Amino acid sequence: MKDLNATFERFGGVMLLPVILAIIAFVLIGRPATWITLTAAGLAMGMMIFLMASGLSLIFGLMDVLNFSHSAFVTAGAFVGATVLGWLTLWIAGSNPVLNIVGLLMAIAVAAVVGGLIGWFFERVIIKPVYGDHLRQILITVGGLIVAEELILMIWGGAPLPVPRPEVLTGSFIIGEVSIEVYRVFAFGLGALVYLGLYLVLDRTRVGLLIRAGVENREMVEALGFRIDRLFIGVFMAGSALAAMGGAMWAGYQGLITASLGAEMMILVFIVVIIGGLGSIRGSLLGAVLVGLMANYVGFLSPKVALLSNMILMMAILLWRPWGLLPAVKR
Amino acid sequence: MSGMILRLDDVHTDIAQYHILHGVHLDVPEGGVHVILGRNGAGKTTTLRTIMGLWRARKGAVIFKHHDITRMHVSDIARLGVAFVPENMGVFGGLTVAENMRLATRDGSFDTARLDRVQTLFPPLKTFWDKQAHALSGGQKQMLAIARAIIERRELILIDEPTKGLAPAIIRDMIVAFREIAAETTVLLVEQNFRFAGALGQTVAVIDDGRMVHHGQMAELVESQKLQDRYLGLSMAAAE
Amino acid sequence: MSLAVEQTGAPRQLPMGRLLVYGTVGLIALALLFAPFLFPDVRSQEVAARICVFIVLAASFDLLIGYTGIVSFAHTMFFGLGAYGTAIALKQFGASFTSIALGGGAGVLAALVLAALIGLLSLRVKAIFFAMVTLAAASVMLVLASQLSEFTGGEDGLTYSIPRLFSPATELIADAEGKAVKLFGVALNGKIALYYFVFSSSLALFAVMLRIVASPLGRVLKAIRENEMRAEAIGYRVVGYRTAVFCIAAVIAALAGILRAVWLKYTGPEVALSFDIMIDILLIVVIGGMGTMWGAVIGVVLMTLASYYLKDLMALGAEATASIPLLPDLLNPDRWLLWLGVGFILLVYFFPSGLVGTLMDRDARAGK
Repeated sequence: MKDLNATFERFGGVMLLPVILAIIAFVLIGRPATWITLTAAGLAMGMMIFLMASGLSLIFGLMDVLNFSHSAFVTAGAFVGATVLGWLTLWIAGSNPVLNIVGLLMAIAVAAVVGGLIGWFFERVIIKPVYGDHLRQILITVGGLIVAEELILMIWGGAPLPVPRPEVLTGSFIIGEVSIEVYRVFAFGLGALVYLGLYLVLDRTRVGLLIRAGVENREMVEALGFRIDRLFIGVFMAGSALAAMGGAMWAGYQGLITASLGAEMMILVFIVVIIGGLGSIRGSLLGAVLVGLMANYVGFLSPKVALLSNMILMMAILLWRPWGLLPAVKR
Repeated sequence: MSGMILRLDDVHTDIAQYHILHGVHLDVPEGGVHVILGRNGAGKTTTLRTIMGLWRARKGAVIFKHHDITRMHVSDIARLGVAFVPENMGVFGGLTVAENMRLATRDGSFDTARLDRVQTLFPPLKTFWDKQAHALSGGQKQMLAIARAIIERRELILIDEPTKGLAPAIIRDMIVAFREIAAETTVLLVEQNFRFAGALGQTVAVIDDGRMVHHGQMAELVESQKLQDRYLGLSMAAAE
Repeated sequence: MSLAVEQTGAPRQLPMGRLLVYGTVGLIALALLFAPFLFPDVRSQEVAARICVFIVLAASFDLLIGYTGIVSFAHTMFFGLGAYGTAIALKQFGASFTSIALGGGAGVLAALVLAALIGLLSLRVKAIFFAMVTLAAASVMLVLASQLSEFTGGEDGLTYSIPRLFSPATELIADAEGKAVKLFGVALNGKIALYYFVFSSSLALFAVMLRIVASPLGRVLKAIRENEMRAEAIGYRVVGYRTAVFCIAAVIAALAGILRAVWLKYTGPEVALSFDIMIDILLIVVIGGMGTMWGAVIGVVLMTLASYYLKDLMALGAEATASIPLLPDLLNPDRWLLWLGVGFILLVYFFPSGLVGTLMDRDARAGK
């Protein structure tokens, strides 16, 4: 058993899990072309969930705040993105691929900015007074969630909203028997880019160093002479912006969105954060990829238990590692 | 206040509903190593944390070089030139040794001559410079924690039980290191290990039940069995 | 919140807040006891029965959040298990008390097993983790209920009959003509029997919870909530106690689910499993006052009144402001939750111990 563990760690440890999952699925599915399509779909979905989860995880890690309103930021991002895409219909639906992409990126950017602003408001008004008090934090962010959801319903109404998809991102790449939706490739690429950006900021900049240190031990960072609370607002806004961005991309992927989008995604987001370990960007990525793959594989093999399978995955991982796979903090 | 770098005047500190400090008086002269002795739960750590601003005094004043720092923010106190090495060392395990050290500098860059000196004082830090700090041994983590406090010159270094859980050989190295550190700055040390404290300290204060029960020169306490019996019998019984 | 302890030694002074709380609770109890006679119309009875069940549901949630300090989002899941167990059995095996006992029993058992599993798995980590795990579990249950439609009726839910004794066509006491005898103008039929079945069961469950809170277990829970580390140091097995309370609360919620299923003759996601119910319970307990069983009683009644009258009030407001931009949208009766949410946030800021807690605290302070 010990040898097995050592071998496992040497070959990448928990980072191997998605690979193991993919291999099992390959055996079960049996058809390589289907498997590739599903894997691509799972990775794309994982990347979008990663955007939503990373912000939540980082906010929790640094500020010790679990923001239950996070799902409202996702929904808001989806609707803002969809609205902007609606305004830019001429660009989006046109045949000029550059305008297509620019339009979509603008929608995502506007969603991110709006998400950041909502985050700013939330941090200042709703969460700031209850730092350090978990029970009240949960309650107050649930209250925030109720209010935010109602406001979204008020602004966009309860009816499903169609989201135009840029012309150039419709359809699929077809290589032999394998077909991969273009939007999924785009989503994966954008998600990977954001991960890279986050990684560079956290790993290479002084602010990133402060954030990583603050996630581990806030008090010590202050004792070294830094005002960590001045970082809170920035991290909170960034986390909210990421959530809104994920929401906007998810909206483009779904094509039709309702006000319950955020709440539905939130289940997966929570599972991702729990699996990955709180406070860790790498953990969020790992968890999101696992959840995305699992959802797509099981969704193909046995659609009814897709969500249940992720729940079981979470339970199994909690049994194995109560703090998640790659926790930045154990508290 | 002449010659004193730090003064605590009738400091009362509560943690939640518990009263921990009941009017602590303390004068710390500038330069050298000064020791607070006391048994577990006497209020040593609380005293240090109150000075650092990590806990707030309910009553009384903490004066650092003419600044009233009683209500100041932790980071502002740190910026005035106070360094803090907590009991759990406060090392960032997920960061490398280098990153830990870099965080301890004000602007992120090292004075190379000084860095060399610190690395000579604590050779393992050089060996493991790019390794994550959680891989260090307990003694090496303690070295890192102290190195962070001296990588730039600070006026006052607060250290909470640096010898806790360390092997005797490392403790001997620590004594050498502290002598060097004390040559340029003031160290306020909280200890239970009387041998270590006695070897380093110039002045000593004994705290019990949230009050200072004795002030004096360390030499005096080291020499006098009577004083030791009176104060350390009661306060250090559990220490060794 | 132990009353006996706080009152000893305090100078004699009229505890206004406390009197107000007990007076209100007493009034509510009387109103519920005589509800079929005081408010004979169908809708009012519906409201009264809902209040009974929700008092139990909210109080059992308070055992968790108020007395133990753990936040669970799976409480409606347990409620739903009881309700669905009963509903499925009544549908499959016919309208008998045996069906209720079997189905309800199975639901309660499922709730117990699931609660023990979740508790042991995630209560050892961190309160905030637990909140997330329960939220995920509850969501999965919600999806399962809609997907396993051959058993659960999916989104539409299940409609079924209940034992004949509870049918409005049944006369409890027949007169010479074979019609139900009337008391204060209200026919003593099966509907009355059903109401008192729900009422007395709820009362019994509430009494059990009052007993638990006052028992040694209640005191241990309080010790854990105040200072977990200290409780652990004294030697309490904190995880064990928390899991035990989580199981007790789950079982009581499932029992409340049985009552709901029997009363409604219908069970579906909307009435037994949805997150709206979870949010309702949360609002009730926090508004009423966490850690006071009475808070649950007052909270339920307030929320129920708010859900009916706040909407009416907002409709009036929306009409009155029809010419002003934005305001009518904000005052649209569909947006009543918006205002409740705002009120909730303000309450958590300014009166974290809720209405009952605030009233009682004031006495405690005045008494000192």
